[in-house]
Amino acid sequence: MSRFPTLALALLLAVTLPVTAETPKEAAPNAENPEIEQRLVRLGEDLRCLVCQNESLAGSKAELAEDLRREIRQQMKAGKSDAEVIDYLTARYGDFVLYRPPFKPVTYLLWLGPLVFLGGGGLAWYLTLRRRRAAAAEPPDAQKLAAAARLLKEDQ
Amino acid sequence: MKRWLPLVAFLVLVGFFAKGLFLNPREVPSPLIDRPAPAFALPLVGNDAASFSPADMRGKVWLLNVWAPWCVSCRQEHPVLMQIAQGGRVPIVGLNWKDRDRESAMLLARAGSPYLAVAEDLDGRVGIDYGVTGTPETYVIDREGIVRMKHIGPISPDVWKEKLEPKLKELGA
Amino acid sequence: MIPELGHFALILGLLLALTQSVLPLVGAQRGNRTLMAVARPAAQGQFVFVALAFGCLAWSFLANDFSVLNVARNSYSRLPEVYRLTATWGSHEGSMLLWVLILAFWSTAVAVFSRHLPEDMVARVLGIMGLVSVGFLAFLLTTSNPFTRLVPAAPDGSDLNPLLQDWGMILHPPMLYMGYVGFAVAFAFAIAALLSGKLDAAWARWSRPWTTVAWAFLTMGIVLGSWWAYRELGWGGWWFWDPTENASFMPWIAGTALIHSLAVTEKRGAFKAWTVLLALLTFSLSLLGTFLVRSGVLSSVHAFATDPARGAFILGFLAVVIGGSLVLYAWRAPKMITGGGFSWFSRESLLLANNVILVAALGAVLLGTLYPLFMDAMGLGKISVGPPYFNAVFVPLMAPALFLMGVGPLVRWKEGSLPDAFTRLKWALAVAVVAALLLPLTVDGFKPWASLGFFLAAWITLAVAAAFRDRLRHGSGSTGQKLRSVPRGFWGMQLAHFGVAVGIAGIAVVANYQSERDVRMDVGSYAELAGYTFTFRGAVEYDGPNYRAARGTVEVSRNGASIVTLHPEKRLYNASGMAMTEASVHPNLFRDIYVAMGEQLDEQGAWSVRLFHKPLINWLWLGAAFMVVGGFLAASDRRYRIALRRSEVPRGLAAQGAAA
Repeated sequence: MSRFPTLALALLLAVTLPVTAETPKEAAPNAENPEIEQRLVRLGEDLRCLVCQNESLAGSKAELAEDLRREIRQQMKAGKSDAEVIDYLTARYGDFVLYRPPFKPVTYLLWLGPLVFLGGGGLAWYLTLRRRRAAAAEPPDAQKLAAAARLLKEDQ
Repeated sequence: MKRWLPLVAFLVLVGFFAKGLFLNPREVPSPLIDRPAPAFALPLVGNDAASFSPADMRGKVWLLNVWAPWCVSCRQEHPVLMQIAQGGRVPIVGLNWKDRDRESAMLLARAGSPYLAVAEDLDGRVGIDYGVTGTPETYVIDREGIVRMKHIGPISPDVWKEKLEPKLKELGA
Repeated sequence: MIPELGHFALILGLLLALTQSVLPLVGAQRGNRTLMAVARPAAQGQFVFVALAFGCLAWSFLANDFSVLNVARNSYSRLPEVYRLTATWGSHEGSMLLWVLILAFWSTAVAVFSRHLPEDMVARVLGIMGLVSVGFLAFLLTTSNPFTRLVPAAPDGSDLNPLLQDWGMILHPPMLYMGYVGFAVAFAFAIAALLSGKLDAAWARWSRPWTTVAWAFLTMGIVLGSWWAYRELGWGGWWFWDPTENASFMPWIAGTALIHSLAVTEKRGAFKAWTVLLALLTFSLSLLGTFLVRSGVLSSVHAFATDPARGAFILGFLAVVIGGSLVLYAWRAPKMITGGGFSWFSRESLLLANNVILVAALGAVLLGTLYPLFMDAMGLGKISVGPPYFNAVFVPLMAPALFLMGVGPLVRWKEGSLPDAFTRLKWALAVAVVAALLLPLTVDGFKPWASLGFFLAAWITLAVAAAFRDRLRHGSGSTGQKLRSVPRGFWGMQLAHFGVAVGIAGIAVVANYQSERDVRMDVGSYAELAGYTFTFRGAVEYDGPNYRAARGTVEVSRNGASIVTLHPEKRLYNASGMAMTEASVHPNLFRDIYVAMGEQLDEQGAWSVRLFHKPLINWLWLGAAFMVVGGFLAASDRRYRIALRRSEVPRGLAAQGAAA
């Protein structure tokens, strides 16, 4: 961005130059190695940019994220697997760097919690239904009586 | 009984939130604690021919202070570091992090240097090995070259008294 | 002078809120009509004074009064006027004032539209809402005064965060707050019912339109936020599972469950205790969201600047309001099973299943959002819980609920018939399965998640169609007459459900088939993506009102035919020095072409440019729009307006098989 002022003229020239005359040239990918870049983005989306408030390593423009991407790129070029790259990062920054927390005793509750909620909810659903079906089967008078009886019992 | 459950769950949450108010979500503990300090060899600021390596400090308890000339809170911390250095209790080694404009030598000459030596980490790679996320950060490293503590942020007189000094005492410095 | 006037108005607002809460609540408890009658005028007065305070703050922004700290920090003399106005709610203090203003607005709305309600109910509802106002007004005045002066005045402001200088962000907070503050009405109705002990179908009927309207606003608010993130963060992403997003999403899930549970309570008198609990939970989650965003206990992209005193205040208030309401619940919630029985396959049981799943999904989001805090508080270390977790957990949880969404509306209350439902939906099922298997092949290869999305979208759409077919088959008159006789509640529900289907289709396609390229573009060079050719014509520099920008020109063509010329920008804001990527988008019903500028790469004017092809992304916004319109339609149903005119509300047990 800081190069704007010095460039104004060059840019204007560049824009106004006739470009139709020559054969257009295909734009090159920014990454030297698009395959590694793709792997980097995929992996980087599961990693946290450590200095940003809450951004992925793939998306962040922070300098540290830039450095880490460079580092990861090099490791990938050297043939390291995704798992090895993740080990490299967690050895330095801890599990905090992972957006997908590892499954281990302290995160059992995190990963299994939703299942527990669903199971508990399912059980509640089943129990409610059993009660309600019984209520539906009873004639209305009996139903009211039962409700009254329950009420009395609870009051005691 | 069942109808008190929501209240109980909520009170537990409130407990966590109350605790959470006193925690800093940005302060991340280092996985390096009780592990050997990562080895490196870097040229010294002001003397490219000489180099520094953590192995040079074997047998001493020392502080590795990560800083940069462009970092504002490092300036806050500078007088405290000067005092520590004058006290002679513990040697401080500087790690000059990503100083692309090469300003540190001049800055130290002007403001005084609390450092035994300052290693030049131009591309920040050693910083990554130490899990540095910003400056300043300070590592306490023991006689065997094991990292014993990491402090994130500037060292204030309070931090020195309450956090670093007791640790140094424990390590026999 | 004006800021002091605003400050003073805010203090008067607090006093009126106190009056609005204490006198009517005492009156209702003692049966004193005079005290109860205070509720309405006090609520209206409170609204007037809070609005006056808000107006004073807005004036300070428009007048560039940099002697007000809030203005100096969040505005700028060269900020365009419209953003100067909207900067009023761009800061923590200002947005909190908007929060309170909207709460006062809802109170006034209740005061005006509650002529048919029993006096003690109105007094209690407004009293409870007044209590919430008291808390937040006190919070504003003690910890976050928006009118604090800056001495000496700043020569100029430090500008509104450039991220907020966008239409999406202008509308997002008011809509969002209309939504989650709107749930205060349902909350107040629930508390009032618990206090009076009159927890009946009439209560559910009164709460329903308010809840539905709040829900529609919240839906709009969330989607505007998402649309903003999509265009403004330069990344093409639209949902990040950030704690701030979750903070607004959780009340939305709870509110969705509440809408459905209220239907059962109104129509069948069942699930009363559960519905009350959900009403308490929904607003509690709104309050929780406010706490999470403003206290700094979680780190998030959008969090406001934090201050422990603020966190402590909101937490204390939260503990009193939510804790108090839950104590009341434990003490007064109905102890007997209410309403009639029903079989395992009935509208009731399916709606209950919907609630179970929604609450489990809500639990999962809450767990994921708070887990880092739990671990930290217990000294177990720091972790991050991000999108990979939420996607892995939320999507499979919600899929069965979305499937049930197709079945539910076609099943009778009390006792449905599975064979009958199957007969009516077998074609829908067959077509949906075929769509799931074949549609992905027409796009770009088979992907299981995309297939699931296609299946659900087709299934829900066809089920909506089946419901209308059933409506049209019965009764007399022409099709047009029959359609006109369909109640708005039914239209609203079906439209909202159809909106969900459209949204799912959009998500399934864009998440699985979008493509992007990150290229270095020399002037005159071209790049290809998804059949489109992008030719870069260079970038020129220009001065915006409060920024300098490089404005790129990218010509988009397809098979040689020109489609559009896009102008993405890279801006550098003068006062804050922040760089912003202003993406340029060409939308149509089937795709967005999205171009964002990266960095300038050399002196010849080459730039790094990101190109995106986002198929069906607009279905996401379109689907949400259907949901919002559906919500408003349902809330405007005739029967709520009839109820307005009658003092005696019938126990709506008779309306079997009708719309929910």
